[in-house]
Amino acid sequence: MRSAKIDALAGRMTRICGPEGVLTDPAQLATYECDGLTSHRCSPGLVVLPTTAEQVAAIVTACGQAKVPFVARGSGTGLSAGALPRADGVLIVTSRMRSIIAIDQRSRRAVVEPGVTNLAVSRAVEPFGLFYPPDPSSQVICSVGGNVAENSGGAHCLKHGFTVHHVTGLEIVAPGGELTWLGDGTGATPGYDLVGAFVGSEGTLGIVTKIIVRLTRIPESVTTLLAAFRTMGAGGSAVSAIIGSGILPGAIEMMDALAIEAAEAAVACRYPEGAGAVLIVELDGPAGDVARETASVRGICEAEGAYEIRAAQDAAERAAIWTGRKSAFAAVGRISPAYIVQDGVVPRTALPEVLDRIAELSAASGIRVANVFHAGDGNLHPLVLFDDARPGAEAAAEELSGAILDLCVSHGGSITGEHGVGADKSRYMPKMFGPDDLDTMQLLRCAFDPAGLCNPGKIFPTPRLCGEVPGVRREPHPLVASGELDQF
Amino acid sequence: MTVGSAADVLAQACSEVREAGPDDAVAGIGPRFVVRPAGLAEAAAVMRAAAAEGLTAVPRGAGTRLDWGAPPTSCDLVIDTRRMNRVLEYAAGDLVVRVEAGAGMSQLAAVLAAAGQRLALDPPPAGRRGAREKPGGPGTVGGVLACGAAGPLRLRYGTPRDLVIGMTVVRADGVVASSGGKVVKNVAGYDLGKLFAGSYGTLGLIAEATFRLHPLPEAISFVTLDARDPAAAHSAIEAAADSPLAPSAAEIDRPSRQAPVRVGILLEGDPEGVAERSARMTRLLGGGITSVSPVPPTWWGRGAAAPGGTVVRIAFWACALTEVIAGIDDAASTAGLDPVISGSAAAGVVHAAVDYRAAPDAVSRFVLSLRAAVGNDPAGGPVPPTAWPASRASVMVLRAPPDVSAAVDPWGPVPGLGLMRAVKDQFDPEHRMAPGRFVGGI
Repeated sequence: MRSAKIDALAGRMTRICGPEGVLTDPAQLATYECDGLTSHRCSPGLVVLPTTAEQVAAIVTACGQAKVPFVARGSGTGLSAGALPRADGVLIVTSRMRSIIAIDQRSRRAVVEPGVTNLAVSRAVEPFGLFYPPDPSSQVICSVGGNVAENSGGAHCLKHGFTVHHVTGLEIVAPGGELTWLGDGTGATPGYDLVGAFVGSEGTLGIVTKIIVRLTRIPESVTTLLAAFRTMGAGGSAVSAIIGSGILPGAIEMMDALAIEAAEAAVACRYPEGAGAVLIVELDGPAGDVARETASVRGICEAEGAYEIRAAQDAAERAAIWTGRKSAFAAVGRISPAYIVQDGVVPRTALPEVLDRIAELSAASGIRVANVFHAGDGNLHPLVLFDDARPGAEAAAEELSGAILDLCVSHGGSITGEHGVGADKSRYMPKMFGPDDLDTMQLLRCAFDPAGLCNPGKIFPTPRLCGEVPGVRREPHPLVASGELDQF
Repeated sequence: MTVGSAADVLAQACSEVREAGPDDAVAGIGPRFVVRPAGLAEAAAVMRAAAAEGLTAVPRGAGTRLDWGAPPTSCDLVIDTRRMNRVLEYAAGDLVVRVEAGAGMSQLAAVLAAAGQRLALDPPPAGRRGAREKPGGPGTVGGVLACGAAGPLRLRYGTPRDLVIGMTVVRADGVVASSGGKVVKNVAGYDLGKLFAGSYGTLGLIAEATFRLHPLPEAISFVTLDARDPAAAHSAIEAAADSPLAPSAAEIDRPSRQAPVRVGILLEGDPEGVAERSARMTRLLGGGITSVSPVPPTWWGRGAAAPGGTVVRIAFWACALTEVIAGIDDAASTAGLDPVISGSAAAGVVHAAVDYRAAPDAVSRFVLSLRAAVGNDPAGGPVPPTAWPASRASVMVLRAPPDVSAAVDPWGPVPGLGLMRAVKDQFDPEHRMAPGRFVGGI
C-alpha cells in the first residue's frame, strides 16, 4: 500500500522526468525489487528513470524536501543488495543515462554517463588502442556508475587496479540535491580526495552523474595459459612461486574440482580431466617481456606438478579458456538447486591454509563448497551449495558462509573483496572493524548526507546520528535503546 | 589556561615533551610545544590532551614539506612522529607492508629492497626555501601521504593514495580509527586512507599505513633526448606514452626559456626486456637521443625540489602540455620571470620553480595570470561539455616565501569545496588540526 507521501512525490517526479520516466504500477515496481542478490527483495515505493544530471538533482531535492529516502540503481547486477530498494522510498535508475560524452585519446580520458556499461567503454576506446581495465565478470551488463559505487575490480585488477585507480573526476548529485564536481579529471586535483572517498561508498554519499575515467594503452601482447594440477595445494604453490619470482601476471584465477564439474556441465569447457585444480594465468605487456614471462610461468607450473598446460594461440582459444571461469557462478546452478556466493579475501600466503580449513568445514557440515577465486590477490569466491527445498538447509549454508568470512578475517583478510557490503554483509562489519572505526567512517557519511536519506541502511549495521559529537559512546545507541535497531 | 597547565597535561600524555625552539617554526608560526609520541597509544593520548587544552596542532615528520600549502593560522603544538618509525608487519610473500607514519621513506626502501621489493613512490627530496637551500631527504611515510607527494613513477604506479590499502589515524578528539586492511582487494567500508592522503594534517594524525608493494626491477634504463621546443617535447612524450613499451615515467625539464626541453623516458624490467625496449624506444623517438643509460640524468624528477623559492604545481589533461608551457611562458614573461619547468609531462603534472630572489609581487602576478590563463572553473566543471577535451588546469603554489604566500591563495579554486568543508567540520569540528593550511582556508 503506497503512502500518500509517495503518491504526492510521483506527481512531482512526473513533472521532472516526464510520464515515461516514472513507474508507479506495482507489477513494474516489482521488477526492480532486487539486484543480483535475489535473496534480498523489496519493491520500491516509486521508480524514476532520469535522463539528465539536472533531473537527478531535482529528484534528489524533491526527496529531501519530502524526507523520503532514495536508492540509486545502475544495471542491477550487484551481489550485495546495494541497490535493494526501500518500500518507503524512491529508486533512481540510471540506465537511461548511457551516453559516452567525450573521449580524449591524447589525455587518455573519457567522460561517460553512469548508465554506460563497463564493456561499452572499452569498446568505444578500442579504435584508439586504449581500454578501461576494471573488468568485472558482469561487464557486458554492469554499469560504470555501479562500478563506481562498488569500486569494482575483476580478474585483471591485481596488475591493473580497481575502479578507484581509473576514475579521476566525478560529477555527483550530493544527497542534499546539489550538482557538483569532485576532482577535475587530472588525477592531481588539490584538496581532499573526495573522488577516492566516493568510489566504493556504495551509493551512500550521493549519485554519480558523470564519470571521468582514465584509460590505459592496450598491451602489445597477451598470453593465456591454463594449467591443470592434481591438487589444490599444488596449484596454490604454483601461484606463490609465480608471484615470488617477481612476475606480476595480468590475472591468476583458480578453480577446484567441484567448480570445474559445474562449469563443464554448463558450458562444456573441456578443462583437463581429473584436475583437482586449474589455474588460468594471463600475462600482458610488451611482446618480448610476455614471451619470457610465459616461458617462466610454464616452467614454474611444470615444476609444481602441472600435468597439462594449454596456451591460447589466438583470441578464440583465449575466450575458450576463460569461458569455464566466467561461467562458474551461474554454472553451479547445474549441480545444486541453490547457492550462496561469498567474496572473502585472505592474504595470498594464507591461501593454502584457508582452503584446507574450508574443506574441513565443508566436510564437517556435509555442505558442498565449490571454490573459484582470484588466486593472485587472495579474493575467494566460495560457492556454498544447498538445496533450498530442504528445511534448515539455507540456514546451515548461511552459517557456513559466516564461518568462512570469520576465517578470512582471522587470517588478516576482508569480508568483501569486490562485491561490497550492501545490505547483505553489514552484520559482518563488526568482525573487521571496531565501533570507533565504524563511527569514524560514518563521519564521512554525515558530511555528505546529514539527513540520512541516501541509500540508508547499507554498509553500516548501526547508523550514526549526525548531530552527535564524535567520541566514545558510554550508553547504548539511542536507536538500540528504543528497540528500533539490533546491535550485532 | 596557563602555559604551565598545558605543559603538565601534555607531559602526562607523552614521554617526550619540550618547549618549542626557533627551528620548530611551522611556515613562520612559532609553536609552544613539541611532543614526540613513542607509539600509537601516546599519539592518541597527546591528541586527547590537545583537545582538552584546546591546542591547535600540526603533525610533523621530517619537516621537509611543512612549508607546502598555506601557513597555518595557528600552531600551538607540533606533533613529531619520528619516534613512531617501526615497520610493524612485512609479508614479502604478500607484497604488503604495514609501517608507522614516522618511518623514513629511505629507511623503508632499504628494508623492502633487501627482499627485492619496493614501495613504488619516488617523491623528490623537498628542499628548503630561500638562501638556506639545504636539500632535505625524501621525508617520512606520513609526510609523503599527508602531502600526496609523488614523483616520476606516478605515471605507472600513481600517487600515495593509489598504493595505500589500509590506514590507522588518530582523530582530533583522540579516538583511534582504522580503515582498509592488509589485503589489496578490499571494499569493506569507506576508505579513510584515500581521504587522509593529501589532507595536509587537517583531518587528524596519520599514525600507520599499509601499502601494496611491487617487485624491484632488475634493470632500468633512461632514454633521454633534447627537444628544440615544447611542441617537439610534447610529441616525444606522447609517442612514448602511446607506445606499447610500458614506460614507468616520461619527464621533461627546461632550465630556462631559451634552453631546449630535455625529455627522459624510464623503462624498467628484466635486463633483456629493458635492453630490447630501450632500443625500440630509441627508434620510436627518432633522432636526437642524447643517451640510453641505467643512471638517471642529473635533472631527473627534481619537480618540487627544483631550485627556487617558489614552486608552482600545474595539473592538467596531458593533451594540453604545449599550451600549458606556453601559458607558463606568457605569465612568466609579463612578470619578468624565467622559471625552471620540470615534471611528469605524460601524467599531466609539471612544476614551475621561481628563484627565491624574485620580487614577491612579480611572483604573485605570475601565479594569478597563470591561473587566469589555464585554470579551472570549478563551478562549471573542468570545462563545459561542449568544449571537451579539457585544457584547463589547477595551479597550486606548493611552497613560496612568506611575502608571496601572503599575497596569493596557494591553492586556488577547487571543485567540491562545500563538501570538503563539511568533511572538515565532521572530522575536526573545533578546527584545531593545521587550521588555515588547506584549500579554501580550511
